Amino acid sequence: MSEIPAELLYRESHEWVRDEGNDVVVVGISDHAQAALGDMVYVELPEPGMSYEQGDACAVVESVKAASDAYAPVSGEVIEVNTALEDSPELVNNDPYGDGWLFMVQMSKPDELEGLLSPEAYAELQED
Amino acid sequence: MNRTPLYAAHVAAGARMVNFAGWEMPINYGSQIDEHHHVRNDAGMFDVSHMTVVDIRGAEAPEFLSLLLANDVAKLQTPGKALYSCMLNESGGVLDDLIVYYMEEGWFRLVVNAATRDKGLAWLERQGAGFSIAVTEHHELAVIAVQGPHAREKVHTLLPADVAGQLAELRPFNVYMHGEWCFACTGYTGEDGYEMMLPGNEAEAFWNRLLEAGVAPCGLGARDTLRLEAGMNLYGQDMDEDVTPLVSGLAWTVAMKDDRDFTGRAALEQQKQEGVPQKLLGLILEDRGVLRPGQKVITSAGEGVTTSGSFSPTLQKAIAFARVPAKAEVSCEVEIRGKYLRARIVKPPFVRNGKACEGIL
Repeated sequence: MSEIPAELLYRESHEWVRDEGNDVVVVGISDHAQAALGDMVYVELPEPGMSYEQGDACAVVESVKAASDAYAPVSGEVIEVNTALEDSPELVNNDPYGDGWLFMVQMSKPDELEGLLSPEAYAELQED
Repeated sequence: MNRTPLYAAHVAAGARMVNFAGWEMPINYGSQIDEHHHVRNDAGMFDVSHMTVVDIRGAEAPEFLSLLLANDVAKLQTPGKALYSCMLNESGGVLDDLIVYYMEEGWFRLVVNAATRDKGLAWLERQGAGFSIAVTEHHELAVIAVQGPHAREKVHTLLPADVAGQLAELRPFNVYMHGEWCFACTGYTGEDGYEMMLPGNEAEAFWNRLLEAGVAPCGLGARDTLRLEAGMNLYGQDMDEDVTPLVSGLAWTVAMKDDRDFTGRAALEQQKQEGVPQKLLGLILEDRGVLRPGQKVITSAGEGVTTSGSFSPTLQKAIAFARVPAKAEVSCEVEIRGKYLRARIVKPPFVRNGKACEGIL
């Protein structure tokens, strides 16, 4: 069973969101997603300053097996990306909710947080 | 879905199982990259029981195989030798690639791909119609590949001394029979090791003994990156019915120096005469990213396409095979998600016996 921290919110497409206050969130992919994809070898991150709508493909995580899109869980501007992933993409496998984070977003529609999945709802989704 | 005799062992070891050509097979047991390194540095084992084992017996078996295969079975002068070959259709397209083992006088064994089993068996039947031969498929056999620099010595520790002694003398592309067990010095990783055929009902016990001897279970994921580094083609990806061995990096497996007749020869002669337009070569990505099958390659002599591609755990770079114009120069670009990344064309293999080959890095 994969790990689903209680303090985070989730999206059906397996991104997680951590609310940092001031309408800023940190985004990554879930433990379930990293395990399904396997060993990460490359992460293509968005450019800081780019804006995305909720659901836009904005990053690509590539494992040995396959390339997979990561989607913006909320709308807004990317204000920071995890440059450590350039040399150490395996952080996404080893610490998906910590050092393996992908990017930070300054939300343009903070209400979107309410539409994301609770840890319980995300756990249920995985059971299906 | 089909399951091999080792299915329960895979599940017990925590394997992630996937559908491969109708077989439930392990893709990895955790980290595909760790499994890859185990094979390069020590010893790993693969369940490849999904592969089809077919025996050809009969006085006319050599004549039949001589017609069937693009490589020349006459190279197998004594029992105990093995040969890699393509099986072609009349247009020179590759129907399958296989290893043929010369077991004893009047007895050859073929190991063919699982994905092409039905097509291949039907072709054998059709081509064999005029010959006095018997074709028998062996469902009851399991196939375990043990590969890596320490693979053979680890296998030897589990066998009776006389068998281990015989095996210690075995050279690459040679095979040794002991009862129903067949030890072939072949593989799909670029490392030393065995491909072992053994009765399915003895497979799990032997697999567990290999585990105890420190041989790491490895999935199809690692098998793919290992064979890619080793410069070995994958049927259905790097070649298929629509391309000849000459444009698939397999000209070395086609024996046409003498006038031996084999299926597809006329088409190959014609392609040679007209000039072989493309080659299957290696690519190394110089920019950051990962090469995958089906990416467009832009060379000095025109466009090409990647056929296999992944991240090389040994080289820590993205590598691929690509079918490119024969006259392409070394430096090229690969289109990945709308961007043009720099790459270099090289001659495979990329890695042999744990190390990068000359000119690769």
